Amino acid sequence: MKKLIALMLAAVLCMVACVAMAAELKVGVILVGDETEGYTLAHMNGIKAAAQSLGMADNQIVWKYKVPEDQTCYDAALDLVGQGCNVIVSNSYGHQTYMVEAASEYEDVTFVAMTGDFAAISGLSNFKNAFTKIYEARYVSGVVAGMKLAELLSSGELSAEKQPNSFDADGNVKIGYVGAFNYAEVVSGYTAFFLGVRSIVPNVTMEVMYTNSWFDIDKEAATAEALIAKGCVIIGQHADSTGAPAATQKLLDAGNICYSIGYNIDMLPTAPTAALTSPTNEWSVFYTELFSAAMNGEEMPADWAKGFDADAVAITTLGPSCAEGTAEKVAEVEAAIRDGSLKIFDTATFTVGGETVTSAPCDLSFMDYSTMTAIYEGETVEAIVDGAFQESTFRSAPYFALRIDGIVEDAQ
Amino acid sequence: MGESKKTVREPLFRIVKRDGISMTAKVIIRVVAVLLALIADALFIYFVTGLNPLDVYKVMFQGTFSTSMRFMWAMRDLASLLLIGIALAPAFKMRFWNVGAEGQVLMGALATAAVMVYYGGKVPNALLYIAMLVASLFAGALWGFIPGWFRARFSTNETLFTLMMNYVAIQIVACCVNIWRGQASGLGKLNMKTKAGWFPQIMGHRFMINLIVVLVLVFAMYAYLRYSKHGYEIAVVGESENTARYAGINVGKVIIRTMIISGALCGLTGFLIVGGRDQTISTNTAGGDGFTAIIVAWLAKFNTFYMALISFLLIFLSKGAAEIASAYNLNDFASDIIAGMILFFILGSEFFINYRIHRKHSSKEVR
Repeated sequence: MKKLIALMLAAVLCMVACVAMAAELKVGVILVGDETEGYTLAHMNGIKAAAQSLGMADNQIVWKYKVPEDQTCYDAALDLVGQGCNVIVSNSYGHQTYMVEAASEYEDVTFVAMTGDFAAISGLSNFKNAFTKIYEARYVSGVVAGMKLAELLSSGELSAEKQPNSFDADGNVKIGYVGAFNYAEVVSGYTAFFLGVRSIVPNVTMEVMYTNSWFDIDKEAATAEALIAKGCVIIGQHADSTGAPAATQKLLDAGNICYSIGYNIDMLPTAPTAALTSPTNEWSVFYTELFSAAMNGEEMPADWAKGFDADAVAITTLGPSCAEGTAEKVAEVEAAIRDGSLKIFDTATFTVGGETVTSAPCDLSFMDYSTMTAIYEGETVEAIVDGAFQESTFRSAPYFALRIDGIVEDAQ
Repeated sequence: MGESKKTVREPLFRIVKRDGISMTAKVIIRVVAVLLALIADALFIYFVTGLNPLDVYKVMFQGTFSTSMRFMWAMRDLASLLLIGIALAPAFKMRFWNVGAEGQVLMGALATAAVMVYYGGKVPNALLYIAMLVASLFAGALWGFIPGWFRARFSTNETLFTLMMNYVAIQIVACCVNIWRGQASGLGKLNMKTKAGWFPQIMGHRFMINLIVVLVLVFAMYAYLRYSKHGYEIAVVGESENTARYAGINVGKVIIRTMIISGALCGLTGFLIVGGRDQTISTNTAGGDGFTAIIVAWLAKFNTFYMALISFLLIFLSKGAAEIASAYNLNDFASDIIAGMILFFILGSEFFINYRIHRKHSSKEVR
């Protein structure tokens, strides 16, 4: 008799627990930094905005700050499971191998490794990746930079006489780019930026220098200074600090002609006259979709990638130094991207080794480069479709890794 | 001499080393230290962060004790720290300032990782584990031997030497990681697909072997230092090299031998971290434990059982600080201050155990 009561009690408890689980969304957030770092701050703001719009309570989100890309991430994920989280998000690329391990052990919890690149081939239905089509916004920021360049050239403010080292032997204007790491995500971004600039000013050449770090304020500043010393007039960036815009502002004030395109956040407070704009992610778009899907018991796709079509990317407020007519041009370009008439990686706009690209096979496998074996086998897809490289369609993380003519990467 | 004594003003306080102190007094001083720490912390928590101190202490406690999983993680992290402390004990007892544990651990870890990368899946697993172990012991021992040999041969300053060896090790690791990561932005786990070289799970944890090893070594090192001839030689060399020489001890040999043992145990720690805890390598593999362990070894006066207690305290505080930061959405600088203040008081209490403070007037008669 006692046994029976105990059993029934257990069953009831279990049912209550199950119902409560379904109703109550609890989100665990694993962040590589904290609010002092732009990239993480953008994610935090996105999550908070999504939570607010869905009317979630504060205690429905558990935060883990400054989680490095190592075993700590796995610990954090399991700890969040222990705290009752049913959706767990990590925001840095290197978190994914630890997230997938946790995902394989807790099948009823959804794990999202932001910016990761093997969810679809991992064979786990509770493991997801998401990335914005930030390259679209980088293209638009390139257009802003191009407008500025065109203005500088046509007004005569920038000429071979005034700043001779800003032009190469063929008369191309030099621009520079501070990149974090030499791999597809950065290559995709700087290529889009460069094509944006070149859509306005055809005769440009770009030099990319790497810092080998996502966030290193001193190194980014030093890299920007080195590029400007070489004559670069525009400094773009794919690194997370304010180092490059600050350095550009300093050198602009010292009499150089140089302007900055930032990343993630509005750089105007750092560089009031040197900053033109920054491409930025609107993470709230993704998080709102993720949270509401979880609330409604719907499944998210293994790969989520959206851009201007869902307002998941944008550029920040145009700086006072922007050329006249920039806002109108930006609106026009954004509209063209939205309606699909403008393709960022249109093969008519670039060449590789002097030739138009007609085929770009992309192996989507997740590689272990130390042993040169595939951890997760993916298929090899043809990325050139209808005369354009199809970025972020076969998977959310960027895979554009062509080195196009006109861009020089510095050897590391 | 007599004249200068008159002219020198006696300071208000004088610090005098205690000859000995009873166990009760020791316990009382420590308990008072902890209480003072909690009170001072409470003031900080209340006035700076505006939180309820008792709630914060509860959360801090939960950082280690709320679930069995958290407790096991604390044990795992304790194992790494304690192992390095154990490895450092013989060197420090010899008064050889080995501040190179970080590098010795990294070299052991790197050797382990290299064996995993190049032989994983190509040789039977048992052989792979042995190769990893041997490589790590050798690499760590080498990193200990080099400064030991220079010290024995040329009387070089071992503090600077071992410190510099850390940076060499860090750069070598950074270089290898850079090669192995290939076109990815990070290395990720080694042999993720084959899991070759990963320790087997015992009771659900890969790091169980680490706990077993550290438990054995706590006893073994205690016995080595206390009861073996080597241990005695180390103690004599530590007290005075000249005495040791007079007693017929080959000082150079003892220094080199001890540094090889110290380095090899650090290397072993690297092996256990890579195989049992991380399954990968980075410049952060030792994570500063190589330096923290110096505190552990010194505070415990090379008694491995005290070391275990002190390691636990340090791990408890760091887990507690992290949990406070997460639970209260607090900047982790604030939570580190909370944990740091407790540590400060406890370390401070050691001063009062070792020294006595004389007030100017109260000690008049004695002199």
